[in-house]
Parts: sequence; structure tokens; C-alpha cells
Amino acid sequence: MTLLTDDQKMLQETAASFLAEEGSIPKQLRHWRAIGCNDGFGHGLWKQFAELGLTGICIPESHGGMGLGATEAALVLEEIGRNLTPSPFLGTAVVATRAIAGTAHAERWYPGILSGEAVLALAVDEGPRHAPEFAALEARREGNGFVLNGAKQFVVQGASADMVVTVARTGGAPGETDGITLFAVPRDVAGLEVDNVALVDSSKTARLRFDNVRLDADAVIGEVDAGWKPLKAALAAGSAGAAAELVGVASGTSAMTLDYLRQRKQFGKAIGEFQALQHRAAHLYSEIEIARAAAFKAAALLDSGSEQAELYVSVAKAKAADVASLAVREGVQMHGGIGMTDEHDIGLFMKREAVLGEMFGDIFHHREQVARLSGY
Amino acid sequence: MSDLDAFRADARAWLEANCPPEMRQPIRSEADVCWGGRNWTFQSDAQRRWLEVMAERGWTVPDWPKEYGGGGLASAEARVLKEEMQRIGARPPLTSFGISMLGPAMLKFGTEEQKKYYLQQIARGEIRWCQGYSEPGAGSDLAGLQAKAEDKGDHWLVNGQKVWTSYADKADWIFCLVRTSAESKQGGISFLLFDMETPGVSTKPILLISGSSPFCETFFDDVKVPKEQLVGEINKGWDVAKYLLGHEREMISGMGLGSGGSLGAATKPKDPPLRAAIAAFDVDALAFAAMSERFAAMWKAGEAHPASPSMMKYAGTELNKRRNELAMATGGSDALEWDSERSRGGKAPRDWLRSKGNSIEGGTSEIQLGIVAKHILRLPGA
Repeated sequence: MTLLTDDQKMLQETAASFLAEEGSIPKQLRHWRAIGCNDGFGHGLWKQFAELGLTGICIPESHGGMGLGATEAALVLEEIGRNLTPSPFLGTAVVATRAIAGTAHAERWYPGILSGEAVLALAVDEGPRHAPEFAALEARREGNGFVLNGAKQFVVQGASADMVVTVARTGGAPGETDGITLFAVPRDVAGLEVDNVALVDSSKTARLRFDNVRLDADAVIGEVDAGWKPLKAALAAGSAGAAAELVGVASGTSAMTLDYLRQRKQFGKAIGEFQALQHRAAHLYSEIEIARAAAFKAAALLDSGSEQAELYVSVAKAKAADVASLAVREGVQMHGGIGMTDEHDIGLFMKREAVLGEMFGDIFHHREQVARLSGY
Repeated sequence: MSDLDAFRADARAWLEANCPPEMRQPIRSEADVCWGGRNWTFQSDAQRRWLEVMAERGWTVPDWPKEYGGGGLASAEARVLKEEMQRIGARPPLTSFGISMLGPAMLKFGTEEQKKYYLQQIARGEIRWCQGYSEPGAGSDLAGLQAKAEDKGDHWLVNGQKVWTSYADKADWIFCLVRTSAESKQGGISFLLFDMETPGVSTKPILLISGSSPFCETFFDDVKVPKEQLVGEINKGWDVAKYLLGHEREMISGMGLGSGGSLGAATKPKDPPLRAAIAAFDVDALAFAAMSERFAAMWKAGEAHPASPSMMKYAGTELNKRRNELAMATGGSDALEWDSERSRGGKAPRDWLRSKGNSIEGGTSEIQLGIVAKHILRLPGA
């Protein structure tokens, strides 16, 4: 699939007009930032996502969702990126939905996701750099259940989540993919300390400390010691989704910068008349087109279950982060002094890019995956 | 079974029965590429047979209409055919500027008589074409060209000089931009076809830094050209030229794909900084391959911006230059050998040097960026 179907184009138009209208920077990001909101996003808007059916975009039709795939999620995420709309869409409707798919936890949580009431999070990272196979958080068997001890960080919307999908080690050693188990951890469980941390882009992530957190055996998502496969699937969905959101961030930045190049006058003419800036803008355009193609190719390969999906997910994440980084750096530079002010929106794009670039592994992580998967 | 699956099964069986085994070997040298034309010496019977059977079926130009020698295939069928040819490693039966450049322009701007006459000969590989665009004083500023064609009643009289004419010394005919009016720069250009054996035409190969001579200087000294060999309207040749350039740029952008494989997998770099640079390159190359697929689909469906071949040409050629830089780095001192057998006649350094022309020929990278700025981004004064 290289061209969108009519249904996909319709979804894209719906998402574009909804997010430009309701998810705009003044209505959402600046508003929640100004009032110091603990969630970093609005529950009202999340309910509107639900009314449009978007919270259930990846939930099977048999469970009341739209039953769509990574491609459709990418279409929505590109618009989210363009408008810098804070929402639980990526973490809840894409990543967590994928992590619990086909398990008893899906029965438990899908209704709340569909209605826009539940927010879910994924706790995977334990250090400042993404390295999922090095998960060390210990889950020790005790009686009919498990006791969890350890720490997690960069848990997106962790303090707002009703349930945190937690990556723990029930066997093997850090660095091994066997012995990883996923647990459904209610946020209010005893022994779980939640530190709500504001990031550079005003989004919230949590640092979690597990101090003898006791869970029943039915908290296990899927099979004990076999969490790597569903985790990989969730991380792939997350990486592909973040790539699409980064393409949106790059597009939004580029559109704002091109407007500025047309309007701002110096030396008696629009600065967009200067060839030094025109060529950089054209190069950026070319790069954004390529990043979008990579993001949609990755999504299409995920949807078709191709063996090449893993490779292209890493290509997409690395390329989209690279290009979005170029877009925001050019955006701030070409705006000159005004681009350095908090009042202007261009800096918000730079901040969001930094966070999305890190999420599910940065450029260097994914380049390494590409090298490894290509056999060198 | 869908119609497309049925087509695939037919194409597979036909290729299996008709593609000679020798034509399923990788292309090793320039002689393996069949350009056709009056003076073409077939490298083997297999090369001749492969061209003949494919031309017979219209599959040298699968998506051209049947009445002009094409296969009349829909774009999905043409893609399937390409996949099936790749599956058995079949070489293209014919490579020519007639197929990739003149043909598309002729289909759009030619008269019915011209289409019938020229396109079938192109499809059968009977005429080898060259392109007369650049002049010593008209490179990036192509519309400043001065080679002129004067109306002498029953013929055009052509005088002037072209440069960077690819394979002019091997071509049978030329498609050429000439000045038919001095009144307007772009609006005084016409698009003319003529036989390279016409009295007054001469060529001189140019030796490049890569050691080969794919380009020539071409001189016109009182060349008489029949009136009916003008394509499109008089003084409207710039429209034909631009349309043809779109196809040329699309073709050149294919360089970005290289031979298709991962550079890292082919070179197994050990040095960590080099390995990191190659991994970064492989990400860009795979992303470009996705773009190339998407662009082809959008272009066929009419969803691509008319100026987008400029973006593809820019991205693909810059990528190919980077590929060659990295290939030289991984090759180390081996990649400096110029004519040894061990180095396959200095393939690495020759390819590296030749690739520098990619971002110059068909319009420089700077010209492409200018076109994107003006026509796609609509920046002021561009």
C-alpha cells in the first residue's frame, strides 16, 4: 500500500479538521501549560477523541473498536504532531492497546479506552537511554502471585494512568530477552511510589519506584517469561507511531517557517527571497517527504505482518527523528530573535521534537537496530 | 484468482520460457546493456533474441499503448511484470533515451503521424537517441540557448553547438532544443528531431575525470531538417523540454537506489565511526527507497506535484554521491587502483568520480532546489 484508500483519506480529513480545531496550540498545549495541569493534557479532549471513535482505532471490531491498523493510527498521529496536541492517543490507544491485545486484560480495559475514561501507560525504560532487553525490575514469585521491586522512568503519562503495563524480569539476566514478563499494575497499588515529572515540552512522565508491590497471578499479561514478543509488538507500534507524530511536528514547523519567510521583511524584501534560505527550505521539504514515505511504509509493513516491518520501523523512527530535528533547528534559526521567545509557538515544536525523538529509542538506537538487522 | 494474479502467472510462465539464461546474469559491464540502434552490435545471440521477443510482445515499453508498440499494460500489471523480471534476474531488454525521455514527451506532444512513426521504432530499439539540450553558454540557464533553426520555407536550417550530449557519437538521431525566435527567451525555443547522419552534424567525445567519455560536444553547421520534424508548436518547445526533463529527472533519481542492497551488509565495516556513518547512510537509503515507491505510485495516479521529480532527482543523486564516498572509505587503498584486474578496472574510483556528475546532469542540485522553492513552496521571488 503506497497510496491512501478513500476510507483512509476520509479518516485523515476528519482527524485533520478535528485536531486543527479542538487540538490547537492555544486551546490545548498552551492552556494546560499555563494552568500547571498535573496530566499535561485535557480529559475533555480525550472524551472527544472517544466520541469520534479514535480511542478505539486499534481495538478489534469484535470488541467495539474500529479494528484499524498502524497506517490509520499514523494518519491521526501526523495531525497530532502538526498541532502539538497533548493526548493519551499514542500511549493508550496505540501502545498499551497493542500490549494487552488478545489477553484477559483487553476485556478489562478496552471498554474504558473506548469510552475515553481510561488512560494506560507503558513502563519499560530503567535508565536514561532506551534499552528494553536490559529490563531488570524484579518480579519474584510468592504464593499465588508476584512481588515487584525496582524502578522505572520516562513512563509517559504514568501519573495519570489507571493502569501501567510494566516490563519486569521473572527470569534470565538483564540483556536477555527470555524471562521478561508484562504485568498490569494498577496505579494506586500499595508500594508503588509515583513521581510526576514535567518534561521540557510540558508533557508529564513518571518515575516509578516499586517497593514490594504485591500482585496476583492474574496481573500477568500473556505468559510468564514470554513478555518479549508482546513488548516488541507494542514498542514497534509505538516507534512507528512516534515516527508519524514526528513527521507531523516537522510538517507543522515547516509550514510555520515558510509563512514567516513569506512575511518577514529585511533589506526591503521578504527574507524568503534570499536563495540561502530558499535552498535550505527546499532541502527540508525533500527530507520531510522522505520521512513521511518511510513512516507510512513502516506502518504498512506492520499492518501486513511483513518480515521487513522491524527493519522499516527502525528506519522510520531514525529518519523521522533526524528530519524533525532538522526542521525545528531550521525553524528556530529562520525565525531569528522572535523564535527564541516563549511567546512564539516555534519553540514549542523544538521541545516536542526532543521528547518524541527520545521516546522508544533515539536516532542512534534505531540506526544500531538497522545495522544489526542488516547483518553488520 | 484475481486478474492480477492471473497476469502474474502468465508473465512468469512466459518469461520462464522466453528469457535466455544468459540474459538472467547480472550486468557486469557497459557491453551488457543493450542500447539498440542502427549501429548496435549485439554482444550475443541471446541479447538479440531477448530484445526481439520482448519487443514483439510490447514489453520493452510495457505501459505504452499497443498501437505505438507498447504492451498496453495498466500500471499495476507493469509493476508485476517488473517484479517477475527481477525475480529471475532478467536484464532490461533495451535501455534507451527514447524510452525514458523522448517517448513520454512524444506521447504527450507528438502528432498522430509522429507517434506512429517514431514510437514503434523506439519500442523495437531501431533508433538510438541523444539529447541536445546544454550549450557552452547555456548550462543551468538552459533557456538562454543560442543554437538556432531558421525557417527556410521547406526546411529548417540549424546552426550552433551543443555540449554534454550523452552518447552523441553512438546515437542515430537527436532530440534538440533550438532557438526559433529571439523575441522571447523561453518563448522562442522549439523542439526538433533529426538524423545524426544529416550533413553538417559532427561530434567530439569529452574525456571525463572518471576516464570514460559518455558525453560529447556536438556541432551543427548548416544542417537541413525537414519541417515535419518539429514536435509540439513552434516557439512552445520549452513546454516539451520541461515535461521531458521531469522524466529525465525521475529516471536519474533512480540512482538513489543503488544496486538495491544495504551498503553495510555489502562492506561489513569494522571501524566504529565508519560503521556508524554507514548505518546512518543505510537509514537514509531505505527511507529514500520508500519515497521512490511512494513517488512512483503518486506520479502514476496523478497525485504528485508536477515539480516533484526535482525533489526526487536532488535527493537521489546526493544520496548516490554519499554512497560512493562511503564505498571509497570502506575500500581503503584497494579503492584507489585505477586499472588492475583485481579492482575490475578501477570500478570503485571510476564510479565514485562519475557519481559527481549526478548532481550536475539533468539540472544541478541547486537548480532543483530552486524549482522546489518556486513551484512547490511558492517562496517569493524564487
